[in-house]
Amino acid sequence: MSDPVLRVQGIVKSFGGVQALKGVGLEIGAGEIHCLAGENGSGKSTLIKVISGVHQPDAGGIEMSGRSFSHLTPGEAIALGVQVIYQDFSVFPNLSVMENLALNMELKDSRRLMNYRRARSIAAHAVSLIGFDIDLDERVENVSVADRQLIAICRALLQNSKLIIMDEPTSALTKKEVKALFAVIKSLQSRGIAILFVSHKLDEVFEISERYTILRNGENAASGRTKDLDRKTFAFHMTGREFTEESYHLTAPVGKPVLSAKGLTLRGCYRDVSFDLSPGEILGITGLLGSGRTELVETLFGITRPDRGTIEINGRRVRIKSVKAAIRRGIGYVPSDRLTEGLFQPQTIERNIVVAVLARLSSRLGFLRTKAVAQTTARWISDLSIVTRDPSLPVRTLSGGNQQKVVLARWLANDLKVLILNAPTMGVDIGSKYDIHALMRRLAASGLAIIVVSDDLPEVLACTNRICVMRDGAFVQQLDPASTTEAKLGELSTGVA
Amino acid sequence: MINPRRLLSRSEPWVFAAIILLSLLIQARSGQFFTGNNLVDLVQAMIVPGLLSVGCMMVIVSGGIDVSFTAVASLAMYVTDRMLLSSHYAGNVLLAYAMSAGFGLLLGALNGFLIAFLRLPTLVVTLGTASLYTGLMFGAFAASASDVPPAIAAHGKETLFTAVNPQLGLSSNMPSQVLILVSVFILAFLLLRYTMLGRGIYAIGGDETAAERAGFNVRAIKMFLYCLVGVLAGITGIARISMIVYADPSTMLGMELTVIAAVVLGGTRVTGGIGTLTGTALGIALMTVLANSLILIGIPTYWSRAFTGAVIIIGTGVTARQIVTKRRRERGADVRTSEAP
Amino acid sequence: MKTTGTAVPALQVRRTRDQNLVRLFVMLLLVFVLMTTLRPREFPTLANFGSMMRQFPEYGIMAIGISLTMITGGIDLGVVGTANLSAILAAKFLIGYVPQGAPPQVVLPYIVAAVLIALATGMACGYFAGILISRFNIPAILATLGTQQLYTGIAVGITNGRPQSRLPLLYSKIGNTELFNLFPLSFFLFLVIALGVGLLLSRTRFGTSMYLYGTNPKAARYAGLNNASILRRTYLLSGLLSSVAGLIMMARANSAKADYGAPYTLQCVLIAVLGGIDPNGGFGKIAGVTLAILILQFLSSGLNMFNQVSNFYRDVIWGGVLILVLVFNRLLSARAERRASKKRAIV
Repeated sequence: MSDPVLRVQGIVKSFGGVQALKGVGLEIGAGEIHCLAGENGSGKSTLIKVISGVHQPDAGGIEMSGRSFSHLTPGEAIALGVQVIYQDFSVFPNLSVMENLALNMELKDSRRLMNYRRARSIAAHAVSLIGFDIDLDERVENVSVADRQLIAICRALLQNSKLIIMDEPTSALTKKEVKALFAVIKSLQSRGIAILFVSHKLDEVFEISERYTILRNGENAASGRTKDLDRKTFAFHMTGREFTEESYHLTAPVGKPVLSAKGLTLRGCYRDVSFDLSPGEILGITGLLGSGRTELVETLFGITRPDRGTIEINGRRVRIKSVKAAIRRGIGYVPSDRLTEGLFQPQTIERNIVVAVLARLSSRLGFLRTKAVAQTTARWISDLSIVTRDPSLPVRTLSGGNQQKVVLARWLANDLKVLILNAPTMGVDIGSKYDIHALMRRLAASGLAIIVVSDDLPEVLACTNRICVMRDGAFVQQLDPASTTEAKLGELSTGVA
Repeated sequence: MINPRRLLSRSEPWVFAAIILLSLLIQARSGQFFTGNNLVDLVQAMIVPGLLSVGCMMVIVSGGIDVSFTAVASLAMYVTDRMLLSSHYAGNVLLAYAMSAGFGLLLGALNGFLIAFLRLPTLVVTLGTASLYTGLMFGAFAASASDVPPAIAAHGKETLFTAVNPQLGLSSNMPSQVLILVSVFILAFLLLRYTMLGRGIYAIGGDETAAERAGFNVRAIKMFLYCLVGVLAGITGIARISMIVYADPSTMLGMELTVIAAVVLGGTRVTGGIGTLTGTALGIALMTVLANSLILIGIPTYWSRAFTGAVIIIGTGVTARQIVTKRRRERGADVRTSEAP
Repeated sequence: MKTTGTAVPALQVRRTRDQNLVRLFVMLLLVFVLMTTLRPREFPTLANFGSMMRQFPEYGIMAIGISLTMITGGIDLGVVGTANLSAILAAKFLIGYVPQGAPPQVVLPYIVAAVLIALATGMACGYFAGILISRFNIPAILATLGTQQLYTGIAVGITNGRPQSRLPLLYSKIGNTELFNLFPLSFFLFLVIALGVGLLLSRTRFGTSMYLYGTNPKAARYAGLNNASILRRTYLLSGLLSSVAGLIMMARANSAKADYGAPYTLQCVLIAVLGGIDPNGGFGKIAGVTLAILILQFLSSGLNMFNQVSNFYRDVIWGGVLILVLVFNRLLSARAERRASKKRAIV
């Protein structure tokens, strides 16, 4: 490549005794959109931090704009034109848009006093760079997530960047916002700015990037031109394994439904949703962020109540007024955001498992039956193959996949009729992903009814016997996974052919 | 331009309205509220809590909470007083202010060191230092109420003007210390609004990690902040004893929770990042009016505390409601329906 | 309010928490040895122990109440106001209704009724705080700041600030009874409460849900815990304990006043933190809090024996020790993390 804007070679980085990077290389040309992909633990975050100067590599070289370095400090990286846009955007929600845009510049210029007129002109200039129309005086906490990201981008542009690194930029955006973001990225490209785009979503890799680098286990797995890449090769390089998952087939005929929803409506979230679910079925609900899929299942779990519509369990109409009521009726829910919604990270594994069955494991007076608690914990640790030395360790010591299993164990310990899983394998390592899918099939086969909400289309196709696509709050179509494709599902989700 | 919806979602206008309402009520019942002498009395009562509230508010905006400022004020004031007395100081009161500010700086610096450099939690640290400082004062220095040097006494007698209430034959003097209050507020306003240091305090309160990444020297800013709080506390101590012409070491202790309540009532968020001096001033004004003027509407002084408590509860309840409804509205808006793809 | 935390590997976490109890015990021993050495004729005496046992239950019980609220991630700054208000209502009842010069058999049921009134008041006060926090979403610090003022204010209002002291003699007689001529009734009350609350936290469903809620209220909701109920019950308990403390204070002082025990609030928070209660919620044991209470009492009584040394030195030591413990803990966990990451290298 003629004069790349960035080239790193042989980067080695260890933390304690763990090698995060084992000799990694990457090359980006000026004005190139480059995707850095890899599973959790592949080392991509560490590589980003090395490039931006947050970490200093143990070995290897960084070449930027023709100059070579063995390591960088954050200040040096910024001076060389490297800007990172973090996943949380690093904005100040309590300050105005204008201040968010201007403060970094002011600090860089070692200003002691705050001149609002100057700040305003800096801010106005910043938003003009990408034609972003926003009220400069609005407090950022009142601004949408997508706009906050654009603010972060504008802010980065002020610093004469040559390379902008974006860490999973689309994780919180709706499809429309992703399109807008991609348009912005393209306009950045036209000014000669290179973009390093960290992502694991294949569609995005294909849509926006020209070249890619895939890391696996701290090493280069593959790199090249995106147009020479196909889905299977991508998955292979990401995981290092060939996976063929059989799709799920019902073993017995569909019996009477255990859960029936009729005309469920919640204003602003979903409308007129109806479906039946029988024991042994795995129903997949898929759709884009904002399609109402999470809100729907949260209603089934008692977190919100619908404005209209009915829910029936085993033919009897029920009102699910609270989470406790949902649990009592045999409904369990594994939330998508495991870390903040599902687990009590510093608490013991044991407590995390038994939290939903405390009533059953206590005496009338409320005293816990410690033996029963220990037995329950042991049983589910072995049943689900949760890898741990000691159930009294904090659950945060477990890997992502094992943590997900703990949450599952929590529900399975109940008398479940329906288990709802929201993005069950998001951020989970490949081995556990397989285990979880196998577990789902086992549970369904034993009579549980399962709903899986996921936008991981291969997962949806492989694990379910029925798929409902949601778009803009309504069930658009019900499909048989055996007779549909990812492309079709994608079309139905977005409404575009 | 002034956006009416944005204005109403902030606390300051509500507090202001509450003060006006209360004043009108009191005026209606007693006819004595808007008299010169009552207003002067009220302002005088606001000086000490007002001075303390400035530092308190800045700490809360930065995301922390400080309960040691009254202990700092007391200890700094007391040591200064004793030193000046024992050396038979007869000079200008400015030295007293400077000394007390200096001691306050040192005491505040300990807080700053523990919080900024060792990153210990603010509430617990300041609880510890408050205990340490009061213990030093009463224990090591065996503090007891004493006199003040002549300079301070003279300073205490300085008045700007006198307001006379012909009806009741009462007169109140506006003490010159009110100038200190006004200057501190003005300087703090300039600091918070027009210096990067001040913006840094808000930034840290908003998102400390983002502040680090943006280039703010978070440790230095926090250290400065707690030192500043100490300096202000020291100044307040001298102001206090000059007004009561008596160096009572326990005179300010116990005020910290009321000052914090006033700051929060004035719209400063306990979680940090949001707060204005205007709101703080209004909060202090409201609390002062409550504490001092209830008697004018026939509520005996014995009940003023209960009243204050009720107001804190109602005030914070209303603020909390505002935040919750705002969040609920946002959540509804985030989920889109019927949007063209 | 933000507090900073450092990530600590698994085994280290568990050991640190148990180590905390050991450290506290060592501190207690040290204080005991120190005081005994310095005042061998006065400190390790039955008289002194008896005196100490009479002093600490009143704030010790409040400290336990505050600890409970801190475990759920909040704090109850209104304990003293609750204690005083409960005592005052009981006192007013006794003063107003017990006939003068009545014999003990007649007075006793009145006392029982007064105690019940106090307990009911405490529960109501606590419950109200719980409602403010759970239903109205007022942050605990602010809500209980408000209740502290409100309850104290009501107490001042109904007494005009005057102490209520013409209590029937029987009350303080009962209140100051000493079993086996040594152990005050209040001491037993404290023991029972400490054991009871300790059991509640470690062995019951409610206790477990308190710890879990304190760690992560959002996850608690998704797990089906009734957050509002947990909060209400916690503060109700705190209020109840405060009223017990109030009754004890009333027995000891033979009167009830609206501003007794004002410095107790912050002192109890200090005790809780020193005793290992995590101000962020989710962790802490009553055993630790009890040790902290004893340390404070030993220090306090010990210092009292030095005529030249003012009692306020206790505050100096207290504040200093707290800060040192915090610093020490912080340095320890940083060191543990460094050591643990080095260990991983061998893998």
